[in-house]
Amino acid sequence: MIREALLVAGKDLRLEWRSKVGLVQIVPFAILVLMLFAFALDPDRGVLERATPGLFWVAVLFSSVLTLQRSFSVEAEDGVLDALRLSGLAPVSIFWGKVAALTAQLLVLEMILAFGVAIFYGTTFHSIGLLVVVALAATVGIAASGAVYGALAARLRSRDTLLPLLMLPLLAPVLISATRGFEIGLERQAGGGWTWAALLAVFALVYLILGSLLFRPLLEDA
Amino acid sequence: MTTVRDARPPTGTGSTGTRALGAVALVLLVLTIVYGLIISPPDRLLGETIRIIYMHVPTVLAAYAAFIVTAVSSAMYLWKRTEFWDLLGASAAEIGVLFFGVTIIVGAFWGKITWGVFWRWEPRLTTSAVLLLMYIGYLAVRAVPADTRTRATRSAIIGLVAVVNIPIVHFAVDWWRGLHQGRTVLSTIDPEMAGTQLFAMYLSMAAGIVVFVWLLLHRFRVAFLTERVEETGLDEAIAQRRAEGVSS
Repeated sequence: MIREALLVAGKDLRLEWRSKVGLVQIVPFAILVLMLFAFALDPDRGVLERATPGLFWVAVLFSSVLTLQRSFSVEAEDGVLDALRLSGLAPVSIFWGKVAALTAQLLVLEMILAFGVAIFYGTTFHSIGLLVVVALAATVGIAASGAVYGALAARLRSRDTLLPLLMLPLLAPVLISATRGFEIGLERQAGGGWTWAALLAVFALVYLILGSLLFRPLLEDA
Repeated sequence: MTTVRDARPPTGTGSTGTRALGAVALVLLVLTIVYGLIISPPDRLLGETIRIIYMHVPTVLAAYAAFIVTAVSSAMYLWKRTEFWDLLGASAAEIGVLFFGVTIIVGAFWGKITWGVFWRWEPRLTTSAVLLLMYIGYLAVRAVPADTRTRATRSAIIGLVAVVNIPIVHFAVDWWRGLHQGRTVLSTIDPEMAGTQLFAMYLSMAAGIVVFVWLLLHRFRVAFLTERVEETGLDEAIAQRRAEGVSS
């Protein structure tokens, strides 16, 4: 199963590497969002600085939706999803492969965004350990729930408008927890950052299990 | 393929059972109005605004009942794959969204009177808003044209995902607001209630549940008949094409 999942993940990452859509479209979009926040919130009044954790994660969420759409629209075209089903790969492996590839892509995106906030918002990073764990747990959660809804919306004609509507409310707890985790990690606020990391881990775990169970009916019927 | 149903198509969604239930619902609603607005006294702390609770609580109760029905139906559909569970889940979700919307609107009015603002980032309000948006997503997917099995699988998966997310949203929002403020105003109501107030509250809850069941039965029947109409429409179209073929 792990070998099959790696195969799917490898295929997705290779595809991204060659097409560079993520690099030339999604990354610039994410940076653009950071700049838009600066235009909307006066940088001289400290609002931007105080809101950095939240703005960072909002930028991640918006870019994630784009990444997801991209990851599944390449499957939906030309009946690739059917080909995947016929390839003899277990649906569970396809799910884990998708999650792995999405996680990798989103982590790269987050690293670039972290540089972005360091440069544009003048953020300095403290408790690196907590920040990394929060980001990792949140990203796996986004990737796992996103793989389920991405596959579900892939064959819908109105997927571009439906996916954000489905994904963003689902990710509300991720936004809350990751933002609070980062606030504590950046030492803006005292408190137990690890509780938030734990909640994010629970979210990720729940959707990894749910996705493993639901991916078969998803591929076959949805 | 003539069956009894085909021979005598139904002209409505009512039956003796639902008419009786409808009558009970009506009586309970009238009693709720009488007790909630006239007989029960204003509250010591909340004054007249307590009367909003007699609408707020039953609607939220019915909405949660509806979402439970949707969750169970979604799981049952993925297991049994029958039209019954699909249509039941979808009908319940629709009513759930309706009741939840009413709950939030009524809650906002209460907020305006009590807090002076329509909205506060109070844990329950926030959780409710997120849940409402999740189920609106469910209905949006439901509205996309697709063949029956595809649509049913999609909605069953969303129904399950949404219900699993409820406790997570609840915890996240509770902890989030817990960092900024103490106990909420809403949670202090219950222990203060007694006598006619409590009776009006229970009465309204009973009314809410009965109205929900009544609506669910009718909505399910409408959904079932809609499916039949679509099937018949297809059969007729095929028959017409065949007739054209014969005559030419």
